[in-house]
Amino acid sequence: MPINDWFKARENRKYTVTSSASGDLPDGVWVKCASCKHTLYQGDLARGAWVCPHCAHHFEMNAPDRVALLADDGSFEETDAGLTSVDPLRFNAAKPYTESLAKAREKSGLTEAIITGRAAIGGHPVVLGAMDFRFIGASMGSAVGEKVTRAFELAEAEQRAVVLVTASGGARMQEGMLSLMQMAKTSAAAERLARARLPYVSVLANPTTGGVTASFAVLADVVLAEPGALVGFAGPRLVEQTTRQSLPKGFQTAEFLMEHGMVDAVVPRPDLTVTLATVLDYLTGGCVAAGGAS
Amino acid sequence: MARHVMDFERPIIELEEKLAELKRLEIAGMPELASEIEGLEAEIERLRQTLYAALSPWEKVQVARHPERPKTQDYLEMLFTDVVELHGDRHHGDDEAIVAALATFDGRRCVVLGHRKGKTTKENIRRNFGSPHPEGFRKAQRAMKLAEKFGLPLVTFLDTAGAYPGIEAEERGQAWAIAECLATLSDLAVPVVVVGIGEGGSGGALAIGFGDRLIMLENAYYSVISPEMCALILHKDASRAAESASCLAMTADDLVRLGIADEVVKEPLGGAHREPEVVFARVAEAISRALTELCGSDGAALAEKRYARLRAIGVVAEGE
Repeated sequence: MPINDWFKARENRKYTVTSSASGDLPDGVWVKCASCKHTLYQGDLARGAWVCPHCAHHFEMNAPDRVALLADDGSFEETDAGLTSVDPLRFNAAKPYTESLAKAREKSGLTEAIITGRAAIGGHPVVLGAMDFRFIGASMGSAVGEKVTRAFELAEAEQRAVVLVTASGGARMQEGMLSLMQMAKTSAAAERLARARLPYVSVLANPTTGGVTASFAVLADVVLAEPGALVGFAGPRLVEQTTRQSLPKGFQTAEFLMEHGMVDAVVPRPDLTVTLATVLDYLTGGCVAAGGAS
Repeated sequence: MARHVMDFERPIIELEEKLAELKRLEIAGMPELASEIEGLEAEIERLRQTLYAALSPWEKVQVARHPERPKTQDYLEMLFTDVVELHGDRHHGDDEAIVAALATFDGRRCVVLGHRKGKTTKENIRRNFGSPHPEGFRKAQRAMKLAEKFGLPLVTFLDTAGAYPGIEAEERGQAWAIAECLATLSDLAVPVVVVGIGEGGSGGALAIGFGDRLIMLENAYYSVISPEMCALILHKDASRAAESASCLAMTADDLVRLGIADEVVKEPLGGAHREPEVVFARVAEAISRALTELCGSDGAALAEKRYARLRAIGVVAEGE
C-alpha cells in the first residue's frame, strides 16, 4: 500500500477514543487528549504518569496508579482495605445508593473512593492516601471519612507524616448528614495530627471541590496542587448560576488559587514525588526539637 | 403587610378567609350564622391539628425558611443581655451574614455566633440573606479563639441556606475559611452549644455547627445539600425537592436518630413564628441546661469528649 493511502486509512480508522472529559479514566487503547486533542497511545500515557507528552495536560489518575507513582517501590501496605460504605439512610432517589455502590465497585475494582496505607516516600515513613474519582465522584461518605480519620490517627500512633492526594465532588449526599459530619470528623483528626507536630502534605488533584476541599484537604502544612486542577468550594456552574456573572479566566484552577494565596505550589506530576520527598525532608529536618507544650 | 402563606397551609387559609366573611355577615345582622361559625372554627382547628402535627420534611423546610420565623438577632436580643458585637475578620472586612458577640446568658458570660438573615429586603441584601463569605467564617474563627482564650462558653445559632457560592468568595478561599473553622471548633477547650433555629445549609452551617450539644428546633433542618440542589443533581429537576427532602434525613428527628443532635425543642402548632415567645423560653431552657452540664468541666476533657463524639459519627461495614 502506498504510504499516502496508509495515512488515509489510518485517519479513517475507528479508534476507541475516550477523553478525560467523560470523567472516566480511559480504558481504550487510544486516548484523545482533552486539551490538545492529540491521539495518544494509552501505554505511553500510563508510562508517562498520565501527562500528555504534547501539551502537558494532566489526565485524571486513579488511586492505584497514584500510589504506584508516589510510594517508594514495594513500600505500600494498604490499611482498612475492607472498610466499606453501607446504606444507612436506605437512600433511593433516581437510583438506589446500593446500586451506585455496586456499580462503582465493579467499575473501579475498589471497595471505596480512597485507598490508604503505610508507605515510604523518599525514605520517609508516611501514611499515604489517594482518592479515586471513578468511585461515585470520590465523594466523602462515612467510609471515606473513617479511612481519612484513621489515616491521621495511624500516623500519630506510628509517628509518620501524612500525604493525601485528593480528588472529590464533595460530601456524598446519599449518606446525608452522616457525610456532612465527616467534614468535621476528618478536620478534627487533621487538627490532632497538627497538635502532635507531625507533617501533613496534601496534593489537590483535578477536581477537588465541596466538602473535601472545605475540610481536611486544605488543612495541610503544605498544600500542593496539580497543574490545571479545578479546586474550589462551589462548583463553577453553581457560581455562574448564582452570581449571573461570567467567570474570570482560569477561575478555580490550581494556578488561579496560587495567585490568590491559597496553595503553596503548583507541581507538575513528573516532579511530584521528588517535591513531596523534599518537603518531607524539611518538615522532619528541623534542628530544634519539634514540640514543647501544645 | 400580606401574610406569608406556605403552600401546604392554603386549605387552612381559605377556610380562615371564609370564616372572616361569615363573621362580618353575622355582625352585619345575621345572628343565625353563629352555629355555622362555630362549626367552621372547629373544622379549622381540626385541620390545623392534622396538617401541622405531621409535616413532611419538605413542609418543614418551608417552615424553617418562613420569613417571619425568629432569627439569630431575635434570640440574641431576647435571651442575652449586655451584648457587645464584635466586627470584622482583621483581614478583609466585616461580613454581616454572621454575627459575633460577647453576651450574657442568665448571668453567664458567653461568646455568641450565628448566621444572620435579615428581616427586610434591605437588611437581607446587607446580610447577603445569611450566606457568609470567607471573612464571615474568619470572624467566627476569631471569636472561637477569643472564647477559648478567656474560658467563655460558645453558643451558636444556625440559620443559613449555605456558604455563598460567589466569585469573590472562591477567590478569598471559602473552602479554606470553612475548614479552619472546623479545625478550630473541633478542639476548642470551652463548652460549645449549638442551636439549629432555621436552615442548616451544608458546610456553611457546619463551620459553626457542631460541638458538645446540638439542640434542634422541631422544624429546623440541617442537611448535607439543599433539597433543591439534590433534586437538580439526581433528577435534573429542582422542582422535585420534596422527594429529595424525604431522602436526605435532614429533619430534627432524623438528626437525633442518627446520633448527631441531642434534643428537639418543640415548636408551637404551625411553627415558631406563631408564638415566638414560647420558643424563646424553650430554647433558653435547653441552653441553660446544656451550659449547666458543661460549664465547670475541664477544657481539655471537653475537647477530648467532643472528638470522641465526632469519632462515633458514621456507619460503615468492616470486612476482609
